Amino acid sequence: MTGGGLDILVVFVLAAFLGYEVISKVPSILHTPLMSGSNAIHGIILVGSMVIADEAHGPLQIGLALAAIILATLNIVGGVVVTDRMLEMFKGRDRSGGAAPGPPGSGGSPGNQDRPG
Amino acid sequence: MTAATLPNNALIGGYLASAVCFIVALKALSSPRRARWGNLIGVGGMVIAIALTIVDQHAGPDGIIPIGMVVGAAIAVPTARLIRMTAMPQLVAIFNGVGGGAAALVSSVEFLHVQPAHPGGLHVLEMAFGVVIGGLSFGGSLVAFAKLQELLTGRPITFPGQRNLHAVAAVGIVGVGAWTVASPHLAGLVILAALALALGAGFCLPVGGADTPVLISLLNSLTGLAVAADGFALDNLILVVAGTLVGTSGALLTKMMSDAMGRSLPNIVLGGLPSAGSTEVVGGAAAAGGVRSADATDVGTLLAYSSRVLILPGYGLAVAQAQHTLVELVAALEARGVEVSYAIHPVAGRMPGHMNVLLAEANVPYESLDDLETANAKFSSADVALVVGANDVVNPAARDDPGSPLYGMPILNADQATHVVFMKRSMRPGFSGVDNLLLYDPRTVLLFGDAKDSLTKLVAAVKAA
Repeated sequence: MTGGGLDILVVFVLAAFLGYEVISKVPSILHTPLMSGSNAIHGIILVGSMVIADEAHGPLQIGLALAAIILATLNIVGGVVVTDRMLEMFKGRDRSGGAAPGPPGSGGSPGNQDRPG
Repeated sequence: MTAATLPNNALIGGYLASAVCFIVALKALSSPRRARWGNLIGVGGMVIAIALTIVDQHAGPDGIIPIGMVVGAAIAVPTARLIRMTAMPQLVAIFNGVGGGAAALVSSVEFLHVQPAHPGGLHVLEMAFGVVIGGLSFGGSLVAFAKLQELLTGRPITFPGQRNLHAVAAVGIVGVGAWTVASPHLAGLVILAALALALGAGFCLPVGGADTPVLISLLNSLTGLAVAADGFALDNLILVVAGTLVGTSGALLTKMMSDAMGRSLPNIVLGGLPSAGSTEVVGGAAAAGGVRSADATDVGTLLAYSSRVLILPGYGLAVAQAQHTLVELVAALEARGVEVSYAIHPVAGRMPGHMNVLLAEANVPYESLDDLETANAKFSSADVALVVGANDVVNPAARDDPGSPLYGMPILNADQATHVVFMKRSMRPGFSGVDNLLLYDPRTVLLFGDAKDSLTKLVAAVKAA
């Protein structure tokens, strides 16, 4: 696509610096949403999955390519929706019948951490 | 790229637009006011890149491209929408893991595709990187998921010879990698993938539960690099740009998160927490002390006649979904003229910002949430520190006991308040598995029960007092 190995290396080095510079002084409340949002961005591997799917031959390659597409789509869609749900909370508006009601007191109790106090 | 139908310039132009979207998205996600918009810009960049690729590649053999995308979306949307907010960290872990898995698969299929044509050493090296880094991230994310989902214990899992085993696996990866580059063969790639999965998983076993969010951030950064490696292997610009952006911004974010917890990154990923031996001793000593428990009426009266109360929420509040009831209690106290504020530990709950998100849902304005430093300046003048379902983040051992596995983590100095009230479900230790001596302090009373039930009783008790 780029016609040579060197210019893609240039792009890589510049992107590396840019990634480091673009986020600075993130308040700790945004650490998790930022992690989740950038998690969705590496779902771009879907593009790579589509490229290799197109050149896949035989059941093994096609099967693996299909798995790659499914996983990459999970990464993007799941990442974006989870991030949006986290950030939804930041608006502080009234949410009736919100997305997060959990059964009180159930679930999440550390089952195997019992230890005499 | 066999069936490419778009002119190269159109593809590169579109990928450039997509890359700009990702950069703007990362920038916006770092600021509270524009974060949600930033996420949407990221979606925009994704749509551009995918739409171009669809036009360029069509549906693939047997239509697997649309089929795979529909299946993936059909699983992801309900999972991500319906799951409880408390389970968000493990969802991030698993969605990161599948990205790493996809990256490893992409390099594997490319390898299978080009292997008969005797690919050059550099090309094989790029694919080997994709498989190894993607595999590490996938294996590690599965363990992080299992820990957060409590399929595995949140405590560090250690065994003798663990580090040597990791070293052997790492050396094996380098050796097999070199062998595969020298003479590309399928067996080498399969062994590489297996070793990477095992090392990724093994690497995460000794990381303590409280450190898991930092670990997920590190794995997120790794997945970005795996995607970049795939970009080199496929000579694809957008994979290199987006993967590298996530790789380096994720590395910086990982450092910020570990700084917020006062833990050094090498300490988290290499050291794990010290062995459980010292913990047992602390637990034993503490058991002799005994605890004081109180009922809701006692605690309600204590709160109602205080002048300054600090509330320290933790995971227990999230599990019980008691944030609205907590707000009611605060309103009842404020109606009596009690000065109330929230003390938010950066890693209270299971992920940084967990409590902020939870309290925002109950319409608590951000201004009334004190961060660690602000809150710690208030404890010495507070009458009551009300700990709602938190534990490790108020454990004084993290400050005072160099032998404690938690030592060095900044804590909320709840022990400096005149009274400490713990609302707990049981005497279980926190996520780290370390006992908390503050529970046995003579100034401490415990109010046992589900946070929502207890808070409801407290609201009634405060109103009656």
